[in-house]
Amino acid sequence: MNDQQQTLWQFMQEQSDKLAAQTLEHIGLTFISLFLAVLVGLPLGILIARKRKLSGSVLGVAGVLQTIPSIALLGFMIPLLGIGPKPAIVALLLYALLPIIRNTYTGITGVDAAVKEAATAMGMSKWQILAKVELPLAMPVILAGIRTATVITVGVATLASYIAAGGLGEFIFGGISLNNTNMILAGAIPAALLAIIFDFLLSRVQNLNLKKINTATKVLPLILIVLASFYLIPSAYGSKLTAGFTPEFMGRQDGNLGLKSKYGLKIHTIVISDAVMYKAAYEKQLDVISGYSTDGRLKAYDLVVLKDDKGIFPPYYAAPIVRDESLKQFPELESTLNLLSGKINDTVMTELNYRTDYLHESPERVAKDFLISHNLWKPERGGKDGVVRIGSKIFGEQYILANMYSMLIKGYTDYDVSTKTGLGGTKICFDALTNNQIDFYPEYTGTGLLVILQPSIKTINLVETSKEKTYDYDKQEFESRYHIKWLQPIGFNNAYALMMRQKQAKDLHVNTITDLKNYLERK
Amino acid sequence: MIKVEHLGKHFGKVKAVDDISFDVAEHENFVLLGTSGCGKTTTLKMINRLIEPTHGKIFINNKNILEQQPEVLRRGIGYVLQNNGLFPHYTIGENIAIVPQLLKWDDKKIQYRVSELLEKLHLSKDYLNVYPNELSGGQQQRVGLARALVANPPVLLMDEPFGALDNVTKAKIHAEFKALDELKRKTIIMVTHDVQEAFELGDRICLMDKGNIVQTGTPAELLFKPKNKFVREFLQEQRLQLEFRSLTLKDVKQELEGFHADQSVWSVMENLKIDSNNSASFENLMSAFYNYKKEQRHE
Repeated sequence: MNDQQQTLWQFMQEQSDKLAAQTLEHIGLTFISLFLAVLVGLPLGILIARKRKLSGSVLGVAGVLQTIPSIALLGFMIPLLGIGPKPAIVALLLYALLPIIRNTYTGITGVDAAVKEAATAMGMSKWQILAKVELPLAMPVILAGIRTATVITVGVATLASYIAAGGLGEFIFGGISLNNTNMILAGAIPAALLAIIFDFLLSRVQNLNLKKINTATKVLPLILIVLASFYLIPSAYGSKLTAGFTPEFMGRQDGNLGLKSKYGLKIHTIVISDAVMYKAAYEKQLDVISGYSTDGRLKAYDLVVLKDDKGIFPPYYAAPIVRDESLKQFPELESTLNLLSGKINDTVMTELNYRTDYLHESPERVAKDFLISHNLWKPERGGKDGVVRIGSKIFGEQYILANMYSMLIKGYTDYDVSTKTGLGGTKICFDALTNNQIDFYPEYTGTGLLVILQPSIKTINLVETSKEKTYDYDKQEFESRYHIKWLQPIGFNNAYALMMRQKQAKDLHVNTITDLKNYLERK
Repeated sequence: MIKVEHLGKHFGKVKAVDDISFDVAEHENFVLLGTSGCGKTTTLKMINRLIEPTHGKIFINNKNILEQQPEVLRRGIGYVLQNNGLFPHYTIGENIAIVPQLLKWDDKKIQYRVSELLEKLHLSKDYLNVYPNELSGGQQQRVGLARALVANPPVLLMDEPFGALDNVTKAKIHAEFKALDELKRKTIIMVTHDVQEAFELGDRICLMDKGNIVQTGTPAELLFKPKNKFVREFLQEQRLQLEFRSLTLKDVKQELEGFHADQSVWSVMENLKIDSNNSASFENLMSAFYNYKKEQRHE
């Protein structure tokens, strides 16, 4: 434990520049959104306190906004506002709205009627009553709302890194993808601290007496603006093209690091989530993205893979990896899973992915159609001999594979199946497997090598030269280290790849990564 | 000075105030008396336009107030509420200074006026910087009164001003109220459901029921010349005490010597109680009192 703490500390020191930048971005993002949310929410709260008939619908809408999952809300924003800070701020603003509106409304309607009547009877105008009586008396309640909104915003702002708006989410999600606990903690701890600190400070303001609160509320907007200004809109565009890479790709030797060291590629890069990256490329928000070579969206959005002419992306052949104990427990499992071996090549997989990702067919249906057309499908036998737990990562291809395996197991054996699909990333999937939460999931040879085994550079260079060497090395190491068995490869190679819009690639005469580098260096 | 003509307020189909008219003379203390729901408070609140009338006219100094800007109108009318309505986030000093601030008096004038009023209302200067919740109910009510008086409005509206006070405090404040010179120069309309209070403080009483006026007159007129059964029954319970209170010695003939003629029978009786040697005078007083009552009945 002590060892780990030290390395976390070392990591944070090593990355202190990045950490400071991300923390400032995070604070800035939080308070720009909060400031705007107060700007919108306070008048709305006052309005519905005056016109109570509106209160139901306004609070209803704000409540519904609150229930939209944050990732989904960020997704909705892309077609409207693109990627980057704008949609992130709008999404955060929408999340912060409900507590601010509701508490303003509650605070103002809760002001003693006799006090309001006295104010009116003394000849105060409506605005004077609002400014001198209602708002000051409602202020503790309004502040409580802002406090709630602040804590929510600090938390949700971690997701802003999904759409290239920066913040501590870059470390958190990068760390999850890269199986790097220190990186996760380096993002999560400061984010949690920020929430605790701001909550504490606001609680102090809230507990001041009514007199001091009035002074405090005059200073508060200023503080908000100052904090908001921490957010320097991510650095100006430095090159002709913009690249959007996933947090995982950013930190990997076979990703951005390799692009820099082996190709010398210098491109303005922003960090973005896989979920929105393809769309952003299609919408011309991004020019170059880091995708997967079998991704259905490649076809859907008319993108083209740039040839990896220096061979930095290792092979990523997919194969199920199974716990040895599970193989013992379910003797028929191995042969059943191997039914799929060699059946799906790159083209087939891209096609299948296209059907789920773009045509929005259900993974079950796509899986069943495929099995039927290959004469692999059999009706269920209503398994009674125990339950096999299948895991999958959170993208379409894995859902399809999980469904195929599920149908095969049900049709060929007497086992039942439970699926745990949509596990967030390699780390989460693999931890689930080693902790006996699932029995197997489809993994990729390159990921096994670089993310899980993480051998020395020398070993990597040695084994990643061919598909077989990588597979054999993975198989041997997984068995000895984790007692997990790599079954036979399914056939396709879902490697990392750089992609561009087909038309742009053609216009710029870019076919390989070297072409891209040369284009960028041309002035 | 205040003239109300065919005033009415309807809330949907409910006629809170049906159709009432009355005049209030300058420096008069006019009491609107009645049970809850009789429309007295609604009537009061229409005079400073906290409630807009459905029909009718209100004149103050011959000016139709419905044609004035409500805020300007209200700054010229003092208003005292039952639950004082002091601003909890303002100190006592700031609370009293609200209307002068709205009228943009200069600070010195405000300060002088506020301390003058504190003294008149027997409130310590130490209270200037404390908040209302640190004061007792009676003190808060005095601050409420000071707030209403501060800008010297000619008209004062009081909505159950002493309703939330206990009897001992109430009696004390009643005495102060009557003694306060500031109030002698005001035209006051006061709402109360307390018959004793109405008879003690009112020059004239306007008894209301179900949105209409039943009878308007001096306390003695209401007692001895009730218009109908309702008035008689309304006053029945405390009749004797009210009679003592409302008759002056002038009324019960001048045959009693040694007393000021304008004193009420009640207060003479109180004085007599203290001076126990005066038993002969007490009997004289009683017989004069009953003679007066007899004569009224035969008229």
